[in-house]
Amino acid sequence: MAQMNMVQAINDALRLEMERDDRVVVLGEDVGKVGGVFRVTAGLFDAFGGERVIDTPLSEGGIIGTAVGMALYGMRPVPEIQFSDFIFPAYDQIVSEIAKYRYRSGGEYGCPVVIRTPVGGGIRGGHYHSQSPESQFIHVAGLKVVCPATPEDAKGLLLASIRDEDPVMFFEPKRIYRAARGEVPEGDFTVEIGKARVVREGDAVTVVTYGAMLYEALDAAAKAEEQGVDCEVIDLRTLWPLDVDTIVASVEKTGRVVVVHEAPKSCGLGAEIVALINEKAFLRLEAPPRRVTGFDTPFPYTLEMEYLPLSHRILPALVETARF
Amino acid sequence: MTTATRTQADQGTTTRGADEAMREDVVRVLSAEGELVSDAPELDEALVVDLYRAMSRARACDLRAARLRIEGRIGAYFGAAGEEATVIGSTLALRDEDWVFPAHREQTVALARGGSVEHFFHQLFGNALDPAKGRQMPGGFTARAQRIASASAPTGTQLTHAVGLAWAARIRRDDVVALAHFGERATSSGPFHNAMNFAGVFETPVVFLCRNTGWPEAPEQETLTETFAEKGIAYGVPGVRCDGNDPLAVLRVVKHAIARAARGEGATLVEALAQPLDGPEGERLDPLVRLRRYLVVRGHWSDEADVELDRQLQREVDEAVATASAASPPPRATMFDDVFATLPGHLRDQRDH
Repeated sequence: MAQMNMVQAINDALRLEMERDDRVVVLGEDVGKVGGVFRVTAGLFDAFGGERVIDTPLSEGGIIGTAVGMALYGMRPVPEIQFSDFIFPAYDQIVSEIAKYRYRSGGEYGCPVVIRTPVGGGIRGGHYHSQSPESQFIHVAGLKVVCPATPEDAKGLLLASIRDEDPVMFFEPKRIYRAARGEVPEGDFTVEIGKARVVREGDAVTVVTYGAMLYEALDAAAKAEEQGVDCEVIDLRTLWPLDVDTIVASVEKTGRVVVVHEAPKSCGLGAEIVALINEKAFLRLEAPPRRVTGFDTPFPYTLEMEYLPLSHRILPALVETARF
Repeated sequence: MTTATRTQADQGTTTRGADEAMREDVVRVLSAEGELVSDAPELDEALVVDLYRAMSRARACDLRAARLRIEGRIGAYFGAAGEEATVIGSTLALRDEDWVFPAHREQTVALARGGSVEHFFHQLFGNALDPAKGRQMPGGFTARAQRIASASAPTGTQLTHAVGLAWAARIRRDDVVALAHFGERATSSGPFHNAMNFAGVFETPVVFLCRNTGWPEAPEQETLTETFAEKGIAYGVPGVRCDGNDPLAVLRVVKHAIARAARGEGATLVEALAQPLDGPEGERLDPLVRLRRYLVVRGHWSDEADVELDRQLQREVDEAVATASAASPPPRATMFDDVFATLPGHLRDQRDH
């Protein structure tokens, strides 16, 4: 085990998989000589050369569009989109091509592209460097969507994603790129896609969250405990396909649930989670499910800490839900 | 070589300043009367007969598909009847190892690469025997065995895929060239410019085959430039124009572009001037008529051979349509397959409840 932050863990995964599998190539804007805007790909250019760690023209549609062709040829491209806010020029390629390639070809082809992209706010980036668009990819049939919250999960999930036969949107919560530190197993291991993790056990309220908001939820849960409310916190890790069993098992135990995410409230992943709980555990509910989320506004610059569902906004929801 | 047969790459000119020459130079090999208008020492008569047969098969399938559409027996189908010089001429220019990235009108390419007429009609009927399992409207075919990517309907997206595949092949040190089909209006799309720029920067072995079906009308709706070929200049991708109703011109230009790509000299943008056959000049422009005249004069083809080929194709098509129209639709449960490599829980729930 080694102490790593998220950036180091992702870099470690890329290096390991590129050594193990010569089909893996990394491409994107300044991912090579510069090592990426967040330095996630630092050192890979020197280790593997410019044919496998490719500095591309500044065009998201071109990066993802060419990655499709590479995948069709049998490569394992891992393109980086510098900020998920800038992914939309490539949205047609992701939605119309990558997500549908297996389906529309009757399974003749797969399109195993792993798109790495930083997500989320709290870095003084304004709305072009802070948004959380994950639901816009979940709603598209054919994409797996992953968002790790710890260095260990980041490494294990990225290795699993690159080895997956299907395309994966790999959202990296940039606010905790360096702030989240922890023990990471050395060498090869994977974290299974589609499995959530119960980070904190409790019997009063279930908190379902992911990404950078895990730490806000844990902080709120610690404060709730001081008020006698014992929360169970679930880190989804994979956003799609959703680990419904883990969520439902917890809600059946607690009868109460609060979903926390940065993305806007309406039609966010929280809406789907609450609907699933209503379908599968309605009679076990003791309180209305709650959502603590970003707002249905563009992501603001100056007021970003008001926008984010931080601990001080989560805590009252936990207590009120517990005492409903 | 005569002026008419020169291409930019032949001349070894740089792309800079090449646009003037390009406007004048349109590669032509066969006249409307089927006479050679330029020397063609490379022509292998057996290949030309194969080309004629492949174009005839494509025509027969496309025409039957159009009729099935009019009869309301299949969904919308566009096809490329009359455009065989470009669609099939380019296909026979390929080497076995090369790849094709079609838009949604080039389903007959699969036929010219060994695909079956039955598969062609299974796809049109979207039945259980369709390799794509009835997932796409007519024209949305898949033919991996023929090294053809799944047809892309969104405008121009397949162009970047072709660049990516060719790029990957080069990284793997494989001798592979990718050819991408598109219509002239796709040159207005973002992916066209992405593909051209990436192909230029990374010198990927790609042939961009633009079928200018609006020719000779001025393309004022799409562009201010006089040609589409010159759009390659800014990206360092040489452009070549050829007569898109002349199968031997397309064959020559595409073969040349593939050889150039295979030598590591990068991508070529081919603009094939493909005039539609529905005007008064229709028969003069028909690539099949033109090629037949060429072959008959040289004693490689005859009216009797033509009657026999036609009879054989009609029989083949009749049988395929009968089989395809009688086949069952895909079972309901298959709707949930192939969204992912393995069926996830939520799709299992939706399938079973």
